[in-house]
Amino acid sequence: MSALSGESKQVVVSTVGASGHPANHLARRVNKTLQKAIFIALLIGFTILFIIPFLWLVSASLKVRADVFNNAWIPNPIAWENYVNVWKAAPVLDWLKNSVLVGVAAAISVTISCALIAFGFSYFRFPGRDRLFGLVLATMMLPGVVTMIPVYLVWQKIGLTNSHWPLWAGNLFGSAFYIFLLRQFYLTLPRELFEAARVDGAGYFQMWREIAIPLTRTALIVVFIFEFKASWTDLVKPLIYLQNTAMFTLPRGLKALLDQFGQGGEMQWEIVLAASVIVTLPMLIIFFLGQRYFIEGIATTGLKG
Amino acid sequence: MATSSQVVRPPAKGGRISLQRKEMLAGLAFISPWFIGFLLFTAGPMIVSLGLSLTQYDVLRPPKFIGLQNYTDLVNDSKIWLSLGNTFFYALLHVPLSIMVALGLAMLLHRVGKAAGFFRTVFYLPSITPAVAIGTLWLWLLNPRVGLVNRGLELLGIPGPGWTTDPAWIKPGIVLMSLWSVGGTVIIYLAALRNVPTELYEAAEIDGATGWKSFRHITIPMISGTIFFTLIVNVIGSLQIFTEVYTMFFGTMRGMTAAASAGLFYNIYLFRNAFEFFKMGYASAMAWVLFIIILILTLIQLRFSKRWVYTEES
Repeated sequence: MSALSGESKQVVVSTVGASGHPANHLARRVNKTLQKAIFIALLIGFTILFIIPFLWLVSASLKVRADVFNNAWIPNPIAWENYVNVWKAAPVLDWLKNSVLVGVAAAISVTISCALIAFGFSYFRFPGRDRLFGLVLATMMLPGVVTMIPVYLVWQKIGLTNSHWPLWAGNLFGSAFYIFLLRQFYLTLPRELFEAARVDGAGYFQMWREIAIPLTRTALIVVFIFEFKASWTDLVKPLIYLQNTAMFTLPRGLKALLDQFGQGGEMQWEIVLAASVIVTLPMLIIFFLGQRYFIEGIATTGLKG
Repeated sequence: MATSSQVVRPPAKGGRISLQRKEMLAGLAFISPWFIGFLLFTAGPMIVSLGLSLTQYDVLRPPKFIGLQNYTDLVNDSKIWLSLGNTFFYALLHVPLSIMVALGLAMLLHRVGKAAGFFRTVFYLPSITPAVAIGTLWLWLLNPRVGLVNRGLELLGIPGPGWTTDPAWIKPGIVLMSLWSVGGTVIIYLAALRNVPTELYEAAEIDGATGWKSFRHITIPMISGTIFFTLIVNVIGSLQIFTEVYTMFFGTMRGMTAAASAGLFYNIYLFRNAFEFFKMGYASAMAWVLFIIILILTLIQLRFSKRWVYTEES
């Protein structure tokens, strides 16, 4: 009994395989079905383990303060007012707006710049290109903390700390990971496509915009979504650059709420938990809308790395 | 005659050369944003950071050159050793466990056919949850008294440890939290497993290799490139763990003394030095030490990879 091949080929193997005995054949099929049932059962078990923290969070965020940690799955009474109180306790709407603006700016700028750069690294042939691309890849290994302080000092010199600029403007210059990802996609485009356009008199920029971009739309969406997620979930930059509460992004705001109302603070956990739901929910919605892009992006980068 | 754009070029023997030249210039133009960014946000800051690491700098007063003193201070700073120890402890648990858990889940997914899509989605959900929310949530899941983890253990008759209070259990708790986010790796492994040619398994089965044998001699070699990739990324990432733990135990929060030392990871200590104590020079020296550590570990892994990573040529 193979423990490793998928079901479809299993059937083939069992008919051609070692023994053609019918009883043996039947036993294999039963065994196969049984095995699959066990796998599904295991997966359901893991699914429950993965989902429970979310359920706990949503449930606890809807409980009155005294009940928050009673571990009942259904809140009783249901405290919808927690979500109203968060809004009163902090400028959550501002945070939401800031997060969206920064996220969109970060995602758009990185998508456009990386599309240009990746095209430069895939279509054109020039001396030193591969070595430069190696440098792009090497920067991925550099820990962020090495450049964190000087970059902070630059923004400080320009007088733009406590603004949103430092959170996204670096993206105008591309990002190694996405350059790598987009280059993988560009390399799959047949060169003849571009040569033909060139014979017809198209300039390089035009070739990029009218051939490369439309043909790699999926990849561009992957980059956009990934960067939006990265920006949406980032705490480090907002922690470094933002001092004014009204300027906070959602994660920075949640951290402030946790410090104020949580452990060691005023112990109004229901507020903190409701805020956690507010930070998480938009990302989940985006995920369900753009699921295939997430999956494709991860599988591609992981495989071709 | 290659007319590559609207511009009319002098017809001459230079036609081909000039096309090459043109292509080169255009290529350089396309990559120029990266190059400018590289100078501005990577190479430049690296040099500045290296320079700063030789100074005492609190942002208010100009940097004062002190030679290698930051580096000698590092060696004598017990918190450096503490945070390095914590970080390696975490990495040594997190990296192998997350790879094994992710591979296990991916292999289960690989064998249930179409149903895999649904489960894959579920496993990925924690990976898109903002790290601050993960930290906040797990602070409570791991709470020794009321937390769900210990309640679950209780049902199994196991007395749960003090995940957030007992210094010995704080890091294992953080590892547990980190395993919740293996979904990305699961997707990568599943894609790799689906890429293994099925004929290999069929041939092996005819030869009598099944179960563990075919896993050991087919699956592992065939996806070893992918495992290697996730290993490198995971090691680099785990040495830089920050947000979840900073959310849970640091910031303006008071009174979590056990966690403040057992959960003091290298980047947290670095961040505090830079932006809470304003020891920018010292923090820069710390950053370079981390960089060197990561560099060495990556080179070691690359070297050893030749022994176990299967490539088409070998």
